[in-house]
Amino acid sequence: MATVELDNIRKRFGSEEVIGGVSLSVADGEFIVIVGPSGCGKSTLLRMVAGLETITEGELRIGGQRANDREPMDRDIAMVFQNYALYPHMSVAQNMGYGLRIKGLPKAEIDAKVAEAARLLQLDALLDRRPRDLSGGQRQRVAMGRAIVREPSVFLFDEPLSNLDAKLRVQMRLEIRELQRKLGVTALYVTHDQVEAMTMADRMIVMNAGIAEQIGTPMEVYERPATRFAAQFIGSPAMNVLPAEAREDGLHLGAATLPNPGALRGPVLLGLRPEHLNPDPQGPIEMQVMLAEPLGANTLLHGRLASGAAFTASLPGVHRADAERTTLRLSIAGENLHLFDPDTGRRLN
Amino acid sequence: MSTSSGMVERHGAGLWLTHVGMIAGVLVIFFPIWLAFVASTVTQPEIVRPPMPLWPGDRLVENYTAALFSGVNVPVAVMLMNSLVMAMGIAVGKIIISLLSAFAIVYFRFPGRNLFFWLIFLTLMLPVEVRILPTYEVIAGFGMLNSYSGLIFPLIASATATFLFRQFYMTVPDELAEAARVDGARPMRFFRDILLPMSRTNIAALFVILFIYGWNQYLWPLLITTDPSMNTIVMGIKQMFPSGDDVADWPVIMATSILAMIPPVLVVISMQKLFIRGLVDSEK
Repeated sequence: MATVELDNIRKRFGSEEVIGGVSLSVADGEFIVIVGPSGCGKSTLLRMVAGLETITEGELRIGGQRANDREPMDRDIAMVFQNYALYPHMSVAQNMGYGLRIKGLPKAEIDAKVAEAARLLQLDALLDRRPRDLSGGQRQRVAMGRAIVREPSVFLFDEPLSNLDAKLRVQMRLEIRELQRKLGVTALYVTHDQVEAMTMADRMIVMNAGIAEQIGTPMEVYERPATRFAAQFIGSPAMNVLPAEAREDGLHLGAATLPNPGALRGPVLLGLRPEHLNPDPQGPIEMQVMLAEPLGANTLLHGRLASGAAFTASLPGVHRADAERTTLRLSIAGENLHLFDPDTGRRLN
Repeated sequence: MSTSSGMVERHGAGLWLTHVGMIAGVLVIFFPIWLAFVASTVTQPEIVRPPMPLWPGDRLVENYTAALFSGVNVPVAVMLMNSLVMAMGIAVGKIIISLLSAFAIVYFRFPGRNLFFWLIFLTLMLPVEVRILPTYEVIAGFGMLNSYSGLIFPLIASATATFLFRQFYMTVPDELAEAARVDGARPMRFFRDILLPMSRTNIAALFVILFIYGWNQYLWPLLITTDPSMNTIVMGIKQMFPSGDDVADWPVIMATSILAMIPPVLVVISMQKLFIRGLVDSEK
């Protein structure tokens, strides 16, 4: 159990900067999710915390102590890899106990710890099997078990669920979160899946091109995205972002006028979440519906505004195919408007 | 996987024809060995008087006892022992050295890493025969003539095996090395606990090939062993041929040839399963 502090961490491969100064302070027992598209540097950041990549610049502190130059084994961390990285020639029990064997613990103690972790993960019956005889979900559990038995102060997860099927992913998501709460271990979790980020995180880091776009609780990021990128990355379907003009009498989006939430003037980017739109015969936004995707509980309507910009609305209930090729008027509550600077993408309101 | 497609199945005449072909092939290859065996069971006059006998005689025990315990220059048992030491030394030594050098080349970043790899690779083009003079000079300088170390060391480096293990290590996922690092394994520990057990089948396949390579060495032992008690069996057979007007003791020479074949055959048969697995699958 420990705090983790990242102080302006940078990583350069040659002249190319892949992490451009990330700072973060993780409280003891906190679950942090690092989320972003592929190639944004999220795995590199995690590997720097693990000690598998060197830190070019900045300081990493684990439990208050500088850890930049420590070997992975001396950082008191455990890591779960995307492809699980189980040793193929060892049994489940040997895989889980390998770290302890290297530490030189007596065999009886190793066996006890492995048995305890196996019970926690329901692996009791599989201890003598080889990894190749296990299913994906079971391998995932063994990888978790290997991390648990070492009783580290920080868990690191590198996209641990991306090789599982959708149903198993939901189940393992819950299990990982539950386990982490029960053990009270600080965790850093890398994923490209925004649903995992929303459901698992105490706080999340939205990364883009080596920069932390926003650090905050899932609801903060959802309700008040700090940048246009964070706004469009978190939330499904993605937020509609459209150029608009802020004037004294309101926000002008084509022919539509919406209330101006701030005292802003000039061109802005206006963000509207599809699920915040309501059908309203008097609504200011007029949308030509091209395609309806009924999801059961709600329906996604894809279409265009009068300006020709693509637009998506998510309406509760079922709107059948007869909604297609029709015109729909929508309104939105003033507190659900997000305004971003068209040049920097930063939030304005 | 008997149900898998891809194998061509033959029926009726085709089946018989292929089998007749195979059996004929086996007979052609086996016939000289049979002749050698027959020659090792008869008396000297029977061999030299045409036609050569085609069926075994009654001198099997006598001829083999004579070969094993008295031989021509030196008892065959001694030469078998020498060959065994040399073949084992070469096979085990080659495997250890190439495991380690491949480990260094794949897992460590050091200056000139690629240069070293290509230098090793280049030696593939320099077989023993090409560098035999300088090698002899060096071994003689070290005083290793007529010794096991002289027989083994010059043949112990192997570009082929290094290359094979390098290719195998490169298929091992990087995460495995990283997981071991996080688990606290230092490089040699990772090598011993993870890489070595994973290379098991490759090592077995290589051992078979290298043992036979070592066993069949001819030119090098011929050069550096002048003392008959250090002769290896493959060159020893040639040494048994008489010089001048002496009469060759063909039954004993043939018995020696048959004896020389037995150890490699035993190695192949006993390691056949591992050998094939090593060539076919790459256990992941």
